[in-house]
Amino acid sequence: MYAALRDHFQHWLFQLRGPQTGVIVLVQRRIFVLPSRHGLMFSAMLMLMLTGSINYNLSLGFILTFLLGSMGVSTIIYTFRNLANLRIAGGRARPVFAGDTAHFIVHLENPGEMPRYAVNLTHDKREWVTVDIPARATVAAAAAVPARRRGLLKPGRLTLFTRYPLGLVYAWAYLELDLRCVVYPRPASPALPLPLPAISAGTSGERGKGQEDFSGMRQYHVGDSPRHIAWKLAARDQGLLTKQFSGHADAELWLDWSLLPAALGTEEKLSHLARWVIDAHESGLSFGLRLPGKTVELENGDAQRERCLEALALYDPAVARE
Amino acid sequence: MIDPRQPLAVHHVLWLLLSLALITTPHAARLPWWIVALVVTLGAWRAYIAHGRHALPNRWLLFLVVIVATIGIYLNYRTIFGRDAGVALLVVMLGLKLLEMRSLRDAMLLIFLGYFLVITNFLYSQTILSGIYMLGCVWIITATMMSLNYGREEPPFGTQLRIGAVLLAQSVPLMLVLFLLFPRISGPLWGLPQDAYSGVSGLSDTMAPGTLSNLTLSDAVAFRVRFDSEIPPAKSRYWRGPVMWDFDGQAWSTSRFIYGTPQFRKTGEPTSYEVTLEPHNKRWLFALDLPARAVPHSATGADFQMRSFSPVNNRMRYEMASFLDYSYGTDENSMALRRALQLPTGFNPRAIELGRTLRGKFSDDRMLVREVLAMFRKQNFFYTLAPPLLGRHSVDEFMFNTRRGFCEHYASAFAVVMRAAGIPARIVTGYLGGEVNELGDYLIVRQADAHAWTEVWFSDVGWVRVDPTAAVSPLRVEAGISAAIPRSEPLPVLVRGDFEALRQLRFTWDLMANTWNQWVLGYTPERQRRLLIGMGIEDSTWYTLTVIMLALAGFIVVILATLMLRRLKTRTRDPVRKAYSQFCDKLRRRGLPRAANEGPVDYAHRLERVRPDLALPVGAITRLYVMLRYGAETSTAALEELRQRVRHFSA
Repeated sequence: MYAALRDHFQHWLFQLRGPQTGVIVLVQRRIFVLPSRHGLMFSAMLMLMLTGSINYNLSLGFILTFLLGSMGVSTIIYTFRNLANLRIAGGRARPVFAGDTAHFIVHLENPGEMPRYAVNLTHDKREWVTVDIPARATVAAAAAVPARRRGLLKPGRLTLFTRYPLGLVYAWAYLELDLRCVVYPRPASPALPLPLPAISAGTSGERGKGQEDFSGMRQYHVGDSPRHIAWKLAARDQGLLTKQFSGHADAELWLDWSLLPAALGTEEKLSHLARWVIDAHESGLSFGLRLPGKTVELENGDAQRERCLEALALYDPAVARE
Repeated sequence: MIDPRQPLAVHHVLWLLLSLALITTPHAARLPWWIVALVVTLGAWRAYIAHGRHALPNRWLLFLVVIVATIGIYLNYRTIFGRDAGVALLVVMLGLKLLEMRSLRDAMLLIFLGYFLVITNFLYSQTILSGIYMLGCVWIITATMMSLNYGREEPPFGTQLRIGAVLLAQSVPLMLVLFLLFPRISGPLWGLPQDAYSGVSGLSDTMAPGTLSNLTLSDAVAFRVRFDSEIPPAKSRYWRGPVMWDFDGQAWSTSRFIYGTPQFRKTGEPTSYEVTLEPHNKRWLFALDLPARAVPHSATGADFQMRSFSPVNNRMRYEMASFLDYSYGTDENSMALRRALQLPTGFNPRAIELGRTLRGKFSDDRMLVREVLAMFRKQNFFYTLAPPLLGRHSVDEFMFNTRRGFCEHYASAFAVVMRAAGIPARIVTGYLGGEVNELGDYLIVRQADAHAWTEVWFSDVGWVRVDPTAAVSPLRVEAGISAAIPRSEPLPVLVRGDFEALRQLRFTWDLMANTWNQWVLGYTPERQRRLLIGMGIEDSTWYTLTVIMLALAGFIVVILATLMLRRLKTRTRDPVRKAYSQFCDKLRRRGLPRAANEGPVDYAHRLERVRPDLALPVGAITRLYVMLRYGAETSTAALEELRQRVRHFSA
């Protein structure tokens, strides 16, 4: 009852309207300003200083107290200005495996002539990223959200806040952006062995990715085999790259839901399938995926891996049963 | 920003240490040496810890230091409350808190403590220089606070200093409004500690050999006087202070206050002036002989000694007028006259003997006075700041052996001889002379101008001022202390005033100090009321003041906010873009906003699909826009057409 009332109150006060597509402009009614804990301490100190000045009739004490008080008032405007009129748009979030952390990219555009300093983006207020946004520039900030379960992760409400310049005032804005991130099932470990591929005459001779011949590099993705990481390049600070090999993809591999032991639960099955997809992709095979109610046709390469993992991520048992 | 729990960066610690050191430095001269040593050690230790990233010391060790230091402060000051002990305690706590400073939260607490320490400095000194110095400290500590709150990769400290300066400068208008209009009340809210105003010099209520010559070594200003008309000549500038009736053989002291209505006959018009008296922690108020007005919250005794009802702890301003030609006291009451003849038995037998002998020789009081003054003048008496020390019979030793003395010696000896001869006499202490500041046209009277003279009573004219020092050293009266004292003796440089350029500089400085005193430090409820009357507000109550202050403050905040929030949007100066964005705005209001990734042509296509009725105007506007913006078209006619179409467009 209390929680419901509080929610209602918050929705009214903070004008929460649910996720929005497009650009959010931080107009005045979207920004909230309150004194921070340090701000309250600061005002208590000012009261003490004022009392002292009255008692000892210290003219310079009055001047100092009023100067600091006026500075406190100015910082309210400073802090508000640091967020005011920013234009915010949601970006893409790269898919992650369950248990990892999803990073939702948010583009912060400063259309004005004033640089913005120390602007923080957070999801849970325990961790945040800090960015400076120069005048007439756009900066991307990534809000970290733990991806606990597979599926489509929506971060919900993000908070953009700042305490610039003196930490006495806390200004924040709630961002309800239409952000989503696909969370793949966590690959099972230990893995079950891959099912036996069926040799298909029709596909022989087709060139695919395999393990025989080195064919190039690409960005490392979570799930790539450590054996294929170009460690020499990594040691030279060139980032993690995965070596790719081409080979004959003669085999057709069907990763089928029904091949898994019936004793496993739905999530466990998805988990094992995810492992299979990764293994199959690594070994350069052409593979397809069969789920109740959904089939991904035979294919190979990175796109196929992503397609299959996404199908696993978004698998809905309720739809499958129909 | 920084996590409030995260450990502090090294440079933050160092900047904090520096700003706190700057703030505490003026206190160092006033604190016992062991506290200074302790706090310096603690600060250096903290810097070492920050630099080498060592661990902070154990809390129990710090607790032990707190206990020991508190006991030390108690033993030193015999209290842990009050101004001096309080400041000592605060400084020690600051030093210890440094060693407990782990995170942003602790650092912020220290910054607030730093601000508070700034104000404790004002308890001791509120001069222009200390004001400027403390402003510098506030600037640095504010920049430090900004740097602390910024995070790890903040801009260089120079930038923080610049922003801090802007922040402080922007706060000045609001500060002025609050300073001028905040309802002032006079007097403390509660009893001040005993030592609240110690450490100021001035005349005391007793006078023994050496009292005044010690005071003369100080060039501190006693008071400043602004005359309504011409400044009277040096020889009439006897500033009347404590009047001493009682002599115990060694020292003269003021009587318990003799109330009464002074009677006087005057000739001529009074001289009017305004005195700004520096705090001296006693009740004396000073006026030229003979005060003709009463000061509020004070009383004037029958001996024309003015006393305030409470000690003068703050700079005080009062209007005064004096009659320079006067006579008074012919009707002095017999009790008072008897008192003015008393001498302690067993002291100064030779001086008393001299008085009695003279009485036998001269029957006329005036002749007798003249005879004693002539004795001072003709015999080998010498006016000096450094007279030899005197024993039990101080007057005898001075008159018959050493013959070297300062004004208090002459006044005392003269009064004793007069009393022995049966002429009522008393001692008046105060100041003689003062220096005219030509730049500001006012008179500066310093502690170095302290003087003592006597008054004797004649039955026909009453009390008459006799200055025995004038007999020995006429220069003292005519030209002031620096002319009368030999060059070899140690007078303060300011009092000597040898070089013309230096003198000018000194006068300029004193003029600035005086203006500062009058308008900044002397901004009293009275002055506030007068300012408001000047603004046309006659009945400035607490309530009206608050209303005016809040209204003006609100006004300033609105102006400030408007100025500061000005440059948040890029202004589109390009007329083509401006027209097109007006067009987009109109559609947005109808729920058809242009997507961020949508070009004008795509947008137009989409609009045509969604709202076929708008196809014609949308198409025309888009075509014009694309032509003007991306094409070769630059004619004003095309621009005008675009504007027209946008103006008439409605979704």
